[in-house]
Amino acid sequence: MPSGEKLRGKTAVLLFLMVFFGAGGDTLLGKGMRAVGPPAAWNPGEVAAFLGRAVISPVVWIGFASLLLFFLAYMLVLTWADFSYVLPASAASYAVVPLLGHFFLGEGVSPLRWTGVALIALGVGLVGQTPPSTVRAAAVASPAVETARVD
Amino acid sequence: MQIAFFVLLVVMAGTSGEMFVSRAMKEIGEVTSFRPAAIARVVLRALGQGWMWAGLAMMALAFFSLLVLLSRANVSFVVPVTALSYVMAALGGRFFLGEQVSAGRWMGVCLVCLGVALVWAG
Repeated sequence: MPSGEKLRGKTAVLLFLMVFFGAGGDTLLGKGMRAVGPPAAWNPGEVAAFLGRAVISPVVWIGFASLLLFFLAYMLVLTWADFSYVLPASAASYAVVPLLGHFFLGEGVSPLRWTGVALIALGVGLVGQTPPSTVRAAAVASPAVETARVD
Repeated sequence: MQIAFFVLLVVMAGTSGEMFVSRAMKEIGEVTSFRPAAIARVVLRALGQGWMWAGLAMMALAFFSLLVLLSRANVSFVVPVTALSYVMAALGGRFFLGEQVSAGRWMGVCLVCLGVALVWAG
């Protein structure tokens, strides 16, 4: 079915863009915010100064722009696919972000932490395998589900 | 302690924000064209939904908390622990919305909890 094929293709492209811009954005935001540093105190003046330092950081802006692109891809895919179809991309991101942090930001990640990251990605993926029963009625009418059954 | 507080804020505000945005986008229906003008129309229609604004407000709070966390801790710690959102979504679905949560889904929730505990300990 050509239309099913096309839908599967555009879903795959948008899920890839979600991982690319989502994980990349988080990593850049992390790099920028470590340079910015935490608020000196929890009063309105210091919180405003903290936000002011974040706003003038180019790395924070690039990370923020990347997350906006992630959000756009996320919104688009949610207009035709169920929440559970978006979850595998989210699951992958949880493993990709620590990898980027380790290789690009030089963060030390202990074996125990890598094990935790793997369990989290596995757990998030498993949550996606079994959608809640409340979406069943919607899933029957969804072309995305028919596409998946063809697989 | 402050880290735990902001993790909780990211998870709670982020989860409710995503639920509201998801609801708003479902009201709009499937996007069939990817031309810039069509995408701009979708964004404008999304901004006309009350659920979208409620979702954006919660996401803004979650984003502020994320910025605070990232200013103090490594991204390889912060992002994995925010997966607690899935635990929150399952608990919220079961106890506030009365949904049936399958055994497989509870298994996923348990793995996420165990993973977060290891990341926190590591």
